[in-house]
Amino acid sequence: MEAFGLLLHGFAVLLTWKTLVLMMVGLVLGIFVGVLPGLGGPNGVAILLPLTFTMDPTSAIVMLSCIYWGALFGGAITSILFNIPGEAWSVATTFDGYPMAQQGRAAEALTAAFTSSFIGSLVAVLLITFLAPMISSFALKFGPPEFFAVYLLTFCSFVGLGREAKHKTVISMSLGLLLAGVGMDTVSGQLRMTFGSSELLRGINFLVAVIGLFGISEILLTMEERLALRGHAASISLRVVLSVWKDLPKYWVTLLRSSFIGCWLGITPGGAIAASFMGYNLAKRFAKDPESFGKGRIEGVFAPETAAHASGTSALLPMLALGIPGSGTAAILLGGLMVWGLNPGPLLFVEHKDFVWGLIASMYLGNVVGLVLVLTTVPIFASILRVPFAAVAPMIVVSCAIGAYAIQNAMFDIWLMLGFGVVGYVFKKIGIPLAPFTLALVLGNRAEDAFRLSMIGSGGDLKVFWSNGLVGSIATLAIVLLFWPLIDALLGRLALTGRTKAASG
Amino acid sequence: MSQTDLEIVVDDPTAPEENSPSVTSSGTVEIIVCLLLLALAAILGYDNWRTGASWDSTGPEPGYFPFYLSIILGGSSVYGLIAALIARRGAADTFVTRAQARRVMAVFVPTLLFCLVTQFLGLYVASFLLIAGFMRAVGKIALWKSLLTAFLFTAIMFVTFDIAFDVIMPKGPLEAAFGY
Repeated sequence: MEAFGLLLHGFAVLLTWKTLVLMMVGLVLGIFVGVLPGLGGPNGVAILLPLTFTMDPTSAIVMLSCIYWGALFGGAITSILFNIPGEAWSVATTFDGYPMAQQGRAAEALTAAFTSSFIGSLVAVLLITFLAPMISSFALKFGPPEFFAVYLLTFCSFVGLGREAKHKTVISMSLGLLLAGVGMDTVSGQLRMTFGSSELLRGINFLVAVIGLFGISEILLTMEERLALRGHAASISLRVVLSVWKDLPKYWVTLLRSSFIGCWLGITPGGAIAASFMGYNLAKRFAKDPESFGKGRIEGVFAPETAAHASGTSALLPMLALGIPGSGTAAILLGGLMVWGLNPGPLLFVEHKDFVWGLIASMYLGNVVGLVLVLTTVPIFASILRVPFAAVAPMIVVSCAIGAYAIQNAMFDIWLMLGFGVVGYVFKKIGIPLAPFTLALVLGNRAEDAFRLSMIGSGGDLKVFWSNGLVGSIATLAIVLLFWPLIDALLGRLALTGRTKAASG
Repeated sequence: MSQTDLEIVVDDPTAPEENSPSVTSSGTVEIIVCLLLLALAAILGYDNWRTGASWDSTGPEPGYFPFYLSIILGGSSVYGLIAALIARRGAADTFVTRAQARRVMAVFVPTLLFCLVTQFLGLYVASFLLIAGFMRAVGKIALWKSLLTAFLFTAIMFVTFDIAFDVIMPKGPLEAAFGY
């Protein structure tokens, strides 16, 4: 129970007035960002990151992770009251959440959404508390070949398991890896791909790219649509909360199943969206009366929200333990860690105990405080939507510019942000996924260093990636995942011919 | 539960029309993007080859990793180009309608101007102009409301970043006149 003692220590680090205030500020900002159209978790965290530059790392990460929890809670408000999913993973929540609001059961639906978010995150945080230290102490034995194999696994699973067209994922990933290499080469000190420009000497900053790709491009996309909206305002009374909570034990199977799906998909990259749909579909399939889904059934809110939050939270597990983010937002938090001079990865658990356990403790506290906060303040946040988008859009643009500038105090970065905004807009419209790009940009240098160090160590022999059981199985798994669609099709055909033979014979 | 819900209604006075004609199809844009990426891959590939993309006594040279990545990028762009050319014969999805393009430009052009003004007059002046101008022109919001909102937002940003958190933003002649 070493983890438990360290966790208590983490709580002790947190329980100061300053951190608690920062936590509240982070949550409020997060809900705000989650409710506003055209902004979500990753954008909110990216834009507000500069605010934390002058804080100490623990306060900074507490505030940022609270912005993230807040954004997750906020997404549910617009899905249920206005039928506008704030995030892709809130889409499944609208299926039953909005019908419930139309039937005048908005308060019930919101309580269900917030409660299940809370349960999902809690399960995932428990998983992190006990699994992350184990994985990281295991990963301490890793050398460069093992790390490169793990990076390869991450990249390959994006290509093999992603739902987008494969070549588009490859385009997005190789572009990200290439841009990560711009500037000074860390091993030899030579300049690469700078074309004599002194601005490119610094390299392309990951956070600047993210602010452009997610912030600016999202504004452009949002403006394309009709922004008029109509929805319900709701307030939640204690009576409704208690009645929903009283029925909670009835749905324990749904909650448990969704938490499990969420945790599993969250650890593998890009999972929150898939998790919410899978949670919803499985709940529907196992229900006695599947037709009643989509017409305002409370389980239809429980299932996707639990899964989405479990996955959103467990995405932080590989980031903390291995330095590999499981989601876009986790990638941005990782970018933040680097700004504060912390090197994400297994050593974090050894060298910065206070920080890691402070962060994990803040996940528990942030969720409890967040739940109470959203349950009591929904009416205020729902009315944020009364503010016309024409006022919100320029403010977001200004915040993005401030964020981009503050990272390196460079005017060039504001232009870079604008450029990435256009790229993000076009990519999103023609279906080139942005998540692999983000991941590649943040991991690119580390992956390349690991590769080159292993090559130097082995004298240029690629067999080093199959030199022992551990690295060999990770590397093989990576290759299998890369060609998974082909293997899957082949297995399917084999099974089919086997069955027809059996039928004919 | 009783029906005590209030309705929240927000209008969008400059919304794009539904039946606006298409400017270009997604297929055409895909072809253009693939061609651009191919060109980028060629330029970066050449630069890395020049830097050195082979092996020396200590292992791979600096250009080695990015050189092969440029080849992967180029290869997948060619694949995307062919796929887009074939798919083009089928149904062409609309990339953007004319009304949508007008709205996107209504944000993009002011943002571009904002960056330009930031370069010369500083971020806070640019921010005031952008917010006030955008609210008035696109949102059709009353002039005094637009000016007041823009002023308050800019002032809050100034106090938060430049004074409270010590995150220094680019400034111009106006701030200099006040001694910042």
